[in-house]
Amino acid sequence: MAENAKKFVARFGLPRVIIVGFFLLLVVCAGAFQMDLLQIFSDCIRRWGMYGILALAMVPAIQCGIGPNFGITMGIVGGLLGGLIVIEYRVTENAALLALGTQLLGEENGPFLAKWAAVLLAILIGVILATGIGWLYGLLLNRVKGSEMTVTTYVGFSIIAFMNIIWTVIPFKSGELIFPNAGQGMRNTISLASSFSEVMNKTLAFRIGPEGHCLTIPTGLLLFFFLVCFLVWLFMRSKTGVAMSAAGANPAFARASGINVNRMRLIGTTLSTVLAAVGILVYAQGFGFMQLYNGPMMMGFTSVAAVLIGGASPNRAAIFHVLLGTFLFQGIMALGLPVANQFIPESNLSEVMRLIISNGIIIYSLTQTQGGGSRG
Amino acid sequence: MAENREYVLQMEHISKKYADNQVLKDVSLCIRPGEIHALMGENGAGKSTLMNILFGMPVIHTTGGFEGTIQVDGETVNIDTPLKAMELGIGMVHQEFMLIPGFTVTENIKIGREISHPNLVSRLVGPSMETLDLDAMARDARKALETIGLKIGENAYVRGLPVGYMQFIEIAREIDKRGIRLLVFDEPTAVLTESEADRLLEAMRTIASQGIAIVFITHRLDEVMAVANSLTVLRDGEFVARREVAETSAVEIAELMIGRRVEKLVEAEGEDTRSLSDSDIAVSLRNYYVDMPGEQVKGVDLDIRRGEIFGIGGLAGQGKLGIPNGIMGLYDTAGEVKIAGKTLDLSKLGEALRSKVAFVSEDRRGVGLLLEESIEQNIVFSALEVNNDFTKKIGWMRLYDGKKARAHAQEMVEKLDIRCTGIHQHAGRLSGGNQQKVCLARALTLNPEILFVSEPTRGIDIGAKKLVLEYLTKLNREQGMTVIVVSSELVELRSICDRIAIVSDGKVSGILSPDASDAEFGLAMSGSRKRGKKNG
Repeated sequence: MAENAKKFVARFGLPRVIIVGFFLLLVVCAGAFQMDLLQIFSDCIRRWGMYGILALAMVPAIQCGIGPNFGITMGIVGGLLGGLIVIEYRVTENAALLALGTQLLGEENGPFLAKWAAVLLAILIGVILATGIGWLYGLLLNRVKGSEMTVTTYVGFSIIAFMNIIWTVIPFKSGELIFPNAGQGMRNTISLASSFSEVMNKTLAFRIGPEGHCLTIPTGLLLFFFLVCFLVWLFMRSKTGVAMSAAGANPAFARASGINVNRMRLIGTTLSTVLAAVGILVYAQGFGFMQLYNGPMMMGFTSVAAVLIGGASPNRAAIFHVLLGTFLFQGIMALGLPVANQFIPESNLSEVMRLIISNGIIIYSLTQTQGGGSRG
Repeated sequence: MAENREYVLQMEHISKKYADNQVLKDVSLCIRPGEIHALMGENGAGKSTLMNILFGMPVIHTTGGFEGTIQVDGETVNIDTPLKAMELGIGMVHQEFMLIPGFTVTENIKIGREISHPNLVSRLVGPSMETLDLDAMARDARKALETIGLKIGENAYVRGLPVGYMQFIEIAREIDKRGIRLLVFDEPTAVLTESEADRLLEAMRTIASQGIAIVFITHRLDEVMAVANSLTVLRDGEFVARREVAETSAVEIAELMIGRRVEKLVEAEGEDTRSLSDSDIAVSLRNYYVDMPGEQVKGVDLDIRRGEIFGIGGLAGQGKLGIPNGIMGLYDTAGEVKIAGKTLDLSKLGEALRSKVAFVSEDRRGVGLLLEESIEQNIVFSALEVNNDFTKKIGWMRLYDGKKARAHAQEMVEKLDIRCTGIHQHAGRLSGGNQQKVCLARALTLNPEILFVSEPTRGIDIGAKKLVLEYLTKLNREQGMTVIVVSSELVELRSICDRIAIVSDGKVSGILSPDASDAEFGLAMSGSRKRGKKNG
């Protein structure tokens, strides 16, 4: 019995056992405080879908050999720009789209078509921008082999600082975007209420239980998340995907099989950046707001922590790690805040906990990889 | 006991085991004062282990110590730490220079043994804060440099000095140690140019004339003939002979080094129906250079006939490994490589693979395998990337065909008798021999016409060794595959190859038949054929 338990812990990983234990403890606490568990679980699921694609961006980065990509903010700014452009040109208020929507989906659901068109267009623009940014970013990372982790962190911070300047001078005109009262520059937080707020979350969403005390399943959001996961999974099984994984696992081996390791790293970095652009838009629509300036600064850290909690190492990551890790990490966040507030009301204990968990897990997994040594 | 005094160092009946691996067996080494004694043997003959014992290296004492006795000046000593060896006046000139580039020559020579005066601070906090007596140190350094005849300023920085000078500074540092009685030179000429090497030999004579004994580890026969007084030959961890140089010849030494061992690891099965022709060339190299660190190829011309098993031998570091690695495009190359008459564009990675050339690397764990991936992945990977095997087309996508790959991996596991728990086991968990079979399986999955196998039996047990060699022969006989075996083990080359090229100093020093005499192989490996002319 003890033997089996040991084996299970060894296979599942001690940190995951602890985190799952902590998650369950929070659930028990929440139950003991007589909180609305169903609503909390709804929140868990919603956050799972929202943050999932950002964590997914780690898979190609880790597999191609650049390691955890702390610099996904590079892709995030691409996605944000895509979103801004869509709002600037008021795609959701396009009369033709609205009319078509009403015709196809009926009066009540009519705006959905325009909203989907807007979010998909934003994603498309974001992907195009992120492809360019990611390619340049990959070229940079090919020159700093061996210290990618430090470089991605600082590049991630630098682009935020750089964009802080850009946001103030970028010539958007829409009143939704710029500071009110004829101000200049972008707002800190941009509401998506009039554009594509919660479009994925609400599509095909259903409730279990009575109104006000129910489990809400954001079907559209989850389907989109799983679709992107599936596409990445397909890519990892393609010839290029397999070559990319080999280049990350053992560059010398890949070279001996005639693979251009630098090219594979470029592809992996670009794909990671593109996924980050998609991820931020999915996050923003679920959140209902787009945060500019320092908003996305620490997104890289939470994403890295999520995928590492899921069982990935800085050298190897799989889609399963993303699914498990994001759920656990965001589940603890969703549960942590209300439970912590019960213990110490009016505190920001949950924020402290988030920092301890996300940074702690990053440090833990970095110490675990020393001595692996399989990567030249 | 009286006669023992004649020797400054006497190591007798030394035996050493690493776990179950007997690396030294009843070896003796005796050196007189002021004599240059050459210690000779192929790679793996046990020279380094013997020196590790002499210096009391921790690697010896943490693995169960050794058997036998060491006497210095006729007195039995127990050398259990490198410090003890230093106190006894035994010094070592390393093959890799252990110098600090940003320090001056003096500082490098005196490091760790600085001359210093006490001062106020040092009286308070201890001797580590004493003032350096730079003048006295410079004087000592000057003296040591003069002893070996090196004319450079003792205040020059080591950074920027020619490689040859660095070697001399190493030597000066050893000489500067008080009471040095015995100096070990570990292949000192390996990294030097010919004129530098000549000066080094000259310096060795000077040092020896002052009564310091020298142990000279080298592969180069002509150097031994030039400077040594006597020599000891080791082979496979056993003592072979001690000779006075005046009473022997280069040919005899070469024979002693190679020795007659169990011939023919593999018995040829069935009839040899191949027809080899000098006009049907599979691989042709012209003026071929490879810039592989530690294994430089410096201008090789070779023609390998279609359908033969060709051996490339030679000592480690001479360049034999550079030949296949260069062809596969893993290092920068120059010159012309033709595969089946077509010139390869070596600047394009994977060009050789597309010309139906496969390669099993000597660096199994570094280059040969994805240690964290399954056996299946390892076997099918190259073929998947190069030939698009094991893929299926779905729409415009070409996806990995797991079913086909599994079936193939299973077949290979059975064919090559890879001992594993299943094709999903990680390659890193297999034993050396089974890892080698996985590497071989991957190469064969490419359906090559020409197969380069580099060090096929390094680090694998005798049973697996035999199986790998037999399988290579079988591939050659049954499928007509041209097999090129690169190996440091002459025995295995001689048991399966049709012809063997010996590489020495980046060039082919001879192409020999496997039946050629030991002396011929020994001379070719020591590079004496070319260099011999100069030194007579």
